[in-house]
Amino acid sequence: MSTAAAVVRRDLILAARRWPEFALPPLFLLIVASLFPLAVSPAASVLALIGPGVIWVAALLAALLGQELLFRPDYDDGALELMALSSRPLAVIGTARVLVHWFVTGLPLIVITPLVAVWFSMSPAATQATLIGLVLGTPVLSLVGGIAAALTVSLKRSAPLLALIVLPLCVPVVIFGTRAASLADGGVPADGPLYLLAALLVLALTLAPFAVGAALRISLE
Amino acid sequence: MNWSWFHKLGSPPHLYRIAGGLVPWFGWTALVLVLGGLYGGLWLAPPDYQMGDGFRIIYVHVPSAWMSMAAYAFLAVSAAIGLVWRIKLAELAARNAAPLGAVFTALTLATGSLWGKPMWGTWWEWDARMTSELVLLFLYLGYIALHDAFPERRTGARASAVLALVGVVNLPIIHYSVEWWHSLHQPATITKFGAPSIDTEMLVPLLLMATGFTAWFATALLMRLRVAVVEHERGAAWVRALGVRNG
Amino acid sequence: MQNAAHDAEITVTDLACRRGERVLFSGLSWRAGPGAAVRIRGRNGAGKTSLLRLLAGFGWPDAGFVHREGAVAWVGHGDGLKSDLTPRENLEFHCALYDVPHTAVAPAIERLGLASVANLPCRVLSAGQRRRAALARLCLGSAKIWLLDEPLTALDADAQRVVESLVDDHGRGGGITVFTSHQPLASGLPVVEVELT
Repeated sequence: MSTAAAVVRRDLILAARRWPEFALPPLFLLIVASLFPLAVSPAASVLALIGPGVIWVAALLAALLGQELLFRPDYDDGALELMALSSRPLAVIGTARVLVHWFVTGLPLIVITPLVAVWFSMSPAATQATLIGLVLGTPVLSLVGGIAAALTVSLKRSAPLLALIVLPLCVPVVIFGTRAASLADGGVPADGPLYLLAALLVLALTLAPFAVGAALRISLE
Repeated sequence: MNWSWFHKLGSPPHLYRIAGGLVPWFGWTALVLVLGGLYGGLWLAPPDYQMGDGFRIIYVHVPSAWMSMAAYAFLAVSAAIGLVWRIKLAELAARNAAPLGAVFTALTLATGSLWGKPMWGTWWEWDARMTSELVLLFLYLGYIALHDAFPERRTGARASAVLALVGVVNLPIIHYSVEWWHSLHQPATITKFGAPSIDTEMLVPLLLMATGFTAWFATALLMRLRVAVVEHERGAAWVRALGVRNG
Repeated sequence: MQNAAHDAEITVTDLACRRGERVLFSGLSWRAGPGAAVRIRGRNGAGKTSLLRLLAGFGWPDAGFVHREGAVAWVGHGDGLKSDLTPRENLEFHCALYDVPHTAVAPAIERLGLASVANLPCRVLSAGQRRRAALARLCLGSAKIWLLDEPLTALDADAQRVVESLVDDHGRGGGITVFTSHQPLASGLPVVEVELT
């Protein structure tokens, strides 16, 4: 769709011109992950057990970190009003923004995950399952976060509210994602939870655009 | 069909009056049912053969758990009606049902925790239903926080309505994912309160309590709505006629 | 939505808007037809921007109706320009959103006198130049109804003349311009004044 293509193109150009901002989420993931061996135990057996959970929770928090700025600049400078009046669906425009945001913040998280897996002595099978899980699960986190970001964009201090709204809704993703890793670690096929994650992704891709569009329109009132 | 009653309900002074008239009816019903339920549950029902007298907390725990979910369903339906048809009454009903639902959820968690101490020897067990209730509590609190964060009440009502609907889609997923997660981590615990066949003597007080809790929910909601309407219509002639403080 | 079969029209009937406890305006009624220029006046906080937003369809009035015939071009309080994009890129993005061919961008830049800065990132532009870039959107597309929030702010005399000529041309083509402004717009069109108290 040409609207989506135009938004994607613009946001990728903007991201390329502001790339240091997008190095922050992966850096955040690395720092949070590095605290766990110090706080819990450096023993390989303990770390391998908690590794996938730490990666998922840190990824969730890192994704949340950037979410506040998802629609904020467009809201503040008035670009969102022009998008709303364009008679193109805000749902499409908003979802395109969310997916670009995933591409520039979510994808780097996945790329550095193998490094964290090495820190936590995770088995290759668990690492692989975690990676596949993140590929399927982080877009869901971005879409759910996108709804919350659209709802809170007109509020001044939205970060704590955003966390309160988003985190409970992300419980299933974290459960399925970590379960896939622990199944794989035990030498059992992890297909079940990964298929469930894929189903959540399909559901989120289907329904989230409507919620994002409605939320943005409400925020422009 | 005559819809004029419906439109009357939408007008604040009528709502105020009708709600005021209904409060004693629901209130007394609630009181009678809860007292009857408590008498049946605490005196008449026999002790459970496994759990002894400890099981009697279900007379608060189970109705609270039902109400925590029923209140969310009520909240979501009201919020959706408010969002689609822009009916002020529905918006007020959703917002005022939320704290009641949150209290029922908290009560469920507290009684579950009290039950867990003698039964499992711990104040908190990551039991599937308790975990779901905990997430439900977070959803309620998120809804209230989002609603009240907006300077314009009606904008807040619409924004939080979207969140309530997202929650409706998400709640079953959360519930089943948590149950599935729990079954993997705790294969062989006794399912809490899931007695396959429950005695009539135990069941009747439970139903009385559940109906009583529902009536109490209606009572509290109507009382809250009256206050909300007066607060919202502050300055209107009919509110000033009530003699409440203005400003 | 664009509707070529109808003349442009805005009808405001018994409109009311309130912010929290405060009633900004109520009982507001007026009508504007093809070629009209409507100036919304009022002191700060009287609800000029709120009225303009209601005309654009953002939010719902607390009472009354807005009837609008014709697509809207909007120049709001924010300029909607991305600081990291050039005016040309910003306008091209606008074209993509509003289904306007990119060829319209060059004449728009020319008309607003932005040729010398068209390829610089907007963050280095002055306030007046940014305002011109925002107003250049009016030359893109064929919206019948222009809603302008303080269009003359930060503009020098030359640029103000350009805006006035834009509004004149728009009115002669059967369009409607509604604007808020503290200063009058020396337009050749008869200006209808809507006073908010």
